Amino acid sequence: MEVILEARRVAKSFGVGASRTEVLHDVSLEVRTGEFVAIVGFSGSGKSTLVSLLAGLLVPDTGEVLFRGRRAQEPGPERGLVFQNYSLLPWLTVEENVRVAVDQVFADRPVKERTERVRSYLDMVGLSAAVEKKPSELSGGMRQRVSLARTLSMSPSVLLLDEPLGALDALTRAVLQDEIARIRERERATVVLITNDVDEGLLLADRVLPLTPGPRATLGQEFPVDLPRPRERTTINHDPRFKELRGDILGYLDGLRARARREGSASLAPPPALTPVELR
Amino acid sequence: MSTKILKALDAVGLEAFSPFVLLVRGEEARQQWRRIGLNFGAPLLALLVFVAAWSAASRNVMTKYGALPSPSMVAQEAAHLWAAHRQRRADEAAFRAEKAAQAAELEAAANLLRARGKAAQADALSARAHVARTARFSAGPSYVDQIGTSLKTVFAGFLVASLVAIPLGVLCGISPGIQAALNPLIQIFKPVSPLAWLPIVMICVGALYTTPPAEAWFEKSFLSSALTVALCSLWPTLANTALGVASVDRDHLNVARVLRLGTWTRVRKIVIPSALPMIFAGLRISLGVGWMVLIAAEMLAQNPGLGKFVWDMFQNGSSQTLAQIMVAVFTIGSIGFALDRLMIVLSRSVSYGATAR
Repeated sequence: MEVILEARRVAKSFGVGASRTEVLHDVSLEVRTGEFVAIVGFSGSGKSTLVSLLAGLLVPDTGEVLFRGRRAQEPGPERGLVFQNYSLLPWLTVEENVRVAVDQVFADRPVKERTERVRSYLDMVGLSAAVEKKPSELSGGMRQRVSLARTLSMSPSVLLLDEPLGALDALTRAVLQDEIARIRERERATVVLITNDVDEGLLLADRVLPLTPGPRATLGQEFPVDLPRPRERTTINHDPRFKELRGDILGYLDGLRARARREGSASLAPPPALTPVELR
Repeated sequence: MSTKILKALDAVGLEAFSPFVLLVRGEEARQQWRRIGLNFGAPLLALLVFVAAWSAASRNVMTKYGALPSPSMVAQEAAHLWAAHRQRRADEAAFRAEKAAQAAELEAAANLLRARGKAAQADALSARAHVARTARFSAGPSYVDQIGTSLKTVFAGFLVASLVAIPLGVLCGISPGIQAALNPLIQIFKPVSPLAWLPIVMICVGALYTTPPAEAWFEKSFLSSALTVALCSLWPTLANTALGVASVDRDHLNVARVLRLGTWTRVRKIVIPSALPMIFAGLRISLGVGWMVLIAAEMLAQNPGLGKFVWDMFQNGSSQTLAQIMVAVFTIGSIGFALDRLMIVLSRSVSYGATAR
């Protein structure tokens, strides 16, 4: 399969002068069409920075991000990003939130087709009954469903999920994990999932890539997940291969953390000093 | 039903009345009575204390216009002003009826002449009929007319201020360059008193608005007052709009970037809706400032309005002077309060989410 999204020796720093911190250092990643890649890392290790680079919201200091072999400088609907905090527009209803995306990306299609598109994606995430609601009237899980529908409705070539389930309770989380797996099967989507949950990565992904603790985080050893699909949440916990992989990854991450502690950098690392990007 | 009433009360900013609804519904009577006591009992008590203190003062304070008017004298004066207004309306109606009858008579005579082929004389009569129909009733404006003029002026000024401040604020919020460029000017002009603006505005209006009075849409005094109101009331809206636009959630802007929204679409679909609650908060302050400024401007510009009324009464110096000015004070205060409520209702209608107030 061809490589659709690629990061080549990407580095990104934040801050100026003495407080300048290199968040990501020499990160290389190849995502092939149809693949599901999970990037697992500790909080504060630069996961969101990495996904912002892949989405094009940030520009790397060195290295480059390639989409279909071309340098990607700008964000675009072909790399659909599902935000960690949903980023729904609070003054619009559920339907209008999806509609904004559809109207923009499929501006050349007739109105009827666009309306159907909005409806079908809201159907897919099971929100047909809530189309007239405002985001403030929805639970966190429902909001993330809207966000997912909005992103999917743009028919992105790659789906970038930035800790999409991070803010949800365990039960909602499990339901939405199954939903993501189902939608992914149906849409044959290419997905990059950022998560801090190793089990989530193992349940959903073809490959799990650990991100080393920051600063100067980079991608560590790769773990191919050779578990057969569909993976059932209830039975997979007893699968010996699942247990083995889980043990390997957790052990590897623990090792990384222990080493970072010894070097005294992980816990002392200041949070990235984010400066607002000007409106252009 | 009761839930709907509660929502409506909340929407129009009258949630002080909600305990009554809850009481009728039979919810926690004790707590509702306590809220009623707080919402109505306490203000009533304060009002009584105020009126008592005022009455005491009115018995003891002597001015050159006589004793300080008591609350009842002020109420009486308000009634007089209302009666005078009614009288004026009646006079005007009588005047109009008389003129209309006169015009009809003249017109009938003209038609008669026309039938006899004396067109020149008929035309002269028609012209006189026209003069009668359009005759101006020349008595001075009543108190209620002056309130009307003041409201018209303040809304005109407020409209001009909003039309200038909102687009400028959006530009400032979007572009740090424009913000930096305009900031010194804004900071210098913002604290200028309306009394300083007014002469400049009057002179400029006098110089630039040279349309002859017969064809003019506005009187010069009206224009000066309205523009002074605009100049003084545009700053809160400008500052709030700029802040609201500059503090649009970065994630929402990222959504716009991922969707590749163009600049105008982004402003229209993301930036303005997002800044709307802040813009309305600014408009609310602006209208309040505008109303305060207006009275001063009217006093000096001699624009028929509440400000001129206060000034005229002051110059008049009769024994009713103080009572009449106090009526004006209460009128000004009540209208200001009503305008503020109006803006609250408007801003609530555009606020989103549970916390926006």
